Amino acid sequence: MSEPIVLVKNLLKSYRRGSEIIPVLEDISFAIDRGDFLALMGPSGSGKSTLLNLLAGIDYPDSGEIIVGGIDISALSETQLSMWRALNVGFIFQFYNLIPVLTAFENVELPLLLSPLSRKQRRSHVEAALEIVNLMDRLNHYPSELSGGQQQRVAIARAIVSDPSIIVADEPTGDLDRASAVDILELMSNLNREFSKTIIMVTHDPRAAKRARSIMYLDKGTLKDAPAESAF
Amino acid sequence: MHLLNLLFRNVLRHKLRSALTIAAVAVAILAFGILRTVVGAWYVGVEASSANRLVTRNAISLIFYLPISYKEKMQTIPGVKNVSYGNWFGGIYIDEKNFFPNFAIEPKGYLELYPELVLKEEDKKAFIKDRKGFIAGKKLVERFGWNIGDTVTLKGTIFQGNWDFILRGIYRGRDKSTDETTFLFHWDYLNERVRKNMPALADHAGYFVIGIKDPSMAAEISRAVDMTFKNSLAETLTETERAFNLSFVAMTEAIVIAIELVSYVVIFIIMAVAANTMAMTARERRAEYAIFKTLGFRGIHIASMIYGESFLITMLGCAIGVAVSYPVANAFSSELGAYFPVFNISGETIFMDVVASVVVALAAGFFPTLRAVKTNIAQGLRSKT
Repeated sequence: MSEPIVLVKNLLKSYRRGSEIIPVLEDISFAIDRGDFLALMGPSGSGKSTLLNLLAGIDYPDSGEIIVGGIDISALSETQLSMWRALNVGFIFQFYNLIPVLTAFENVELPLLLSPLSRKQRRSHVEAALEIVNLMDRLNHYPSELSGGQQQRVAIARAIVSDPSIIVADEPTGDLDRASAVDILELMSNLNREFSKTIIMVTHDPRAAKRARSIMYLDKGTLKDAPAESAF
Repeated sequence: MHLLNLLFRNVLRHKLRSALTIAAVAVAILAFGILRTVVGAWYVGVEASSANRLVTRNAISLIFYLPISYKEKMQTIPGVKNVSYGNWFGGIYIDEKNFFPNFAIEPKGYLELYPELVLKEEDKKAFIKDRKGFIAGKKLVERFGWNIGDTVTLKGTIFQGNWDFILRGIYRGRDKSTDETTFLFHWDYLNERVRKNMPALADHAGYFVIGIKDPSMAAEISRAVDMTFKNSLAETLTETERAFNLSFVAMTEAIVIAIELVSYVVIFIIMAVAANTMAMTARERRAEYAIFKTLGFRGIHIASMIYGESFLITMLGCAIGVAVSYPVANAFSSELGAYFPVFNISGETIFMDVVASVVVALAAGFFPTLRAVKTNIAQGLRSKT
């Protein structure tokens, strides 16, 4: 562990439902070290996904600072934030979120279309990413032709293809059978260990959380030291 | 992988829906093009008008005639180059449904005034020489399978009796807008029989055509002609050939306006159909657009995807509609050639087709794009789960 890659200060986030304002995150401050594998746990509605979205730059806080790699991303414009995400963050979703009309290769290639890389360079990056997730034999398959585990591997390849410093994962094993979930967690651990990727993973599953180097508990919008008995 | 590739695959995602929308756009563009062509065909006489020609008729009404002796006086008016005259004959060939325009003309002067009627020199000479001779447009001759030397009998409606004519020449139009369905014969031949049977109408013409040297003098010459015959038994009304032809179109203007309105309604309807398709498509792909945004794609990229698909569907429909327009127009022309002697899909109509398609594509993509661009990522991702 070294210097923090993520620094969160006095983070506040609420949602508006009609005239009612619902607080989701209340004055949260914490840091995540570079190279950490953090599991973010908590009951449904505790604000885990909201916090993950804020750390990944896909939502704005009401107040507070989110400093990632020395940049206060809460102060960036939408366009700047889009470019920042493309360069710095890889995403893994519970339901894989692959584009159904694109092959595994093309899905992984998507983030690179925004880069100045040539076609040849893109191909070599995509092949390297698919090699890491052990899916080179499926590169011309469409998502509908792949199992859930394989689709999540493609999603992981897409998340790492642009070599981001942070990977955020929202319930990455939530839609998988036990064996596939173990494979995916193993793959994520490898990314953390061998490629020094900082991983922030939201999960309900204590077995998944055990793979992480550190665990953060969130309950009713505030950080807790340990989970309440009824939390999971 | 390029954007265009993604657009094609997206269009093919719901094959039936896309095919139906493309077919609907094609039918709408076809209908729009044909209706615009009908309007154009309505104005073909106006289009074919020459700025160098004036038409003089009886000031009271077109159904009253003018003495043929007016010709000499007209020729002395400054600015007048040459004068000819003619009569609407209104003859029927075998059956009323075989309608085509037929006129008795003073051949030499008339053909000089209408250089757009292109005739072989020997046919022209043969026509002028034969008082019973007639010339007809290429389309009319083809319609009835006539050959040079054939005798054609018309049954007179205004000038009673059967009238025999011998085909001496076939003219073709110099311009696209030239009517090739007209039947022209000698005024003298008509006048001979009129003198016997309807002596009061003898030596009278239905209208005069005046060739002028300078089109900018048209108003002045028209006034001079009408002043010449002021307070005579048959006062004249002289106007440009264009104004003369427009006065006929004006009689049916309400129909033309109705057709034009229908053509725009067709486009409006297809706009709604295409917009509905794009709205459904964009709604189904909200989560995908959110994923694209998550990966760093911006509003401009999302707009390109939605507008690209909207344009692809609409332009495919437009291309099919335009392609089908030609055979449909040909079929239309052969069935209704008697009423629309010139029925060509013009370059302007194709341009209007394309403009209409672009408008449909832009309108159809507008709200789905706005919505997709404005939806925040977290909200978009939730729409799938």
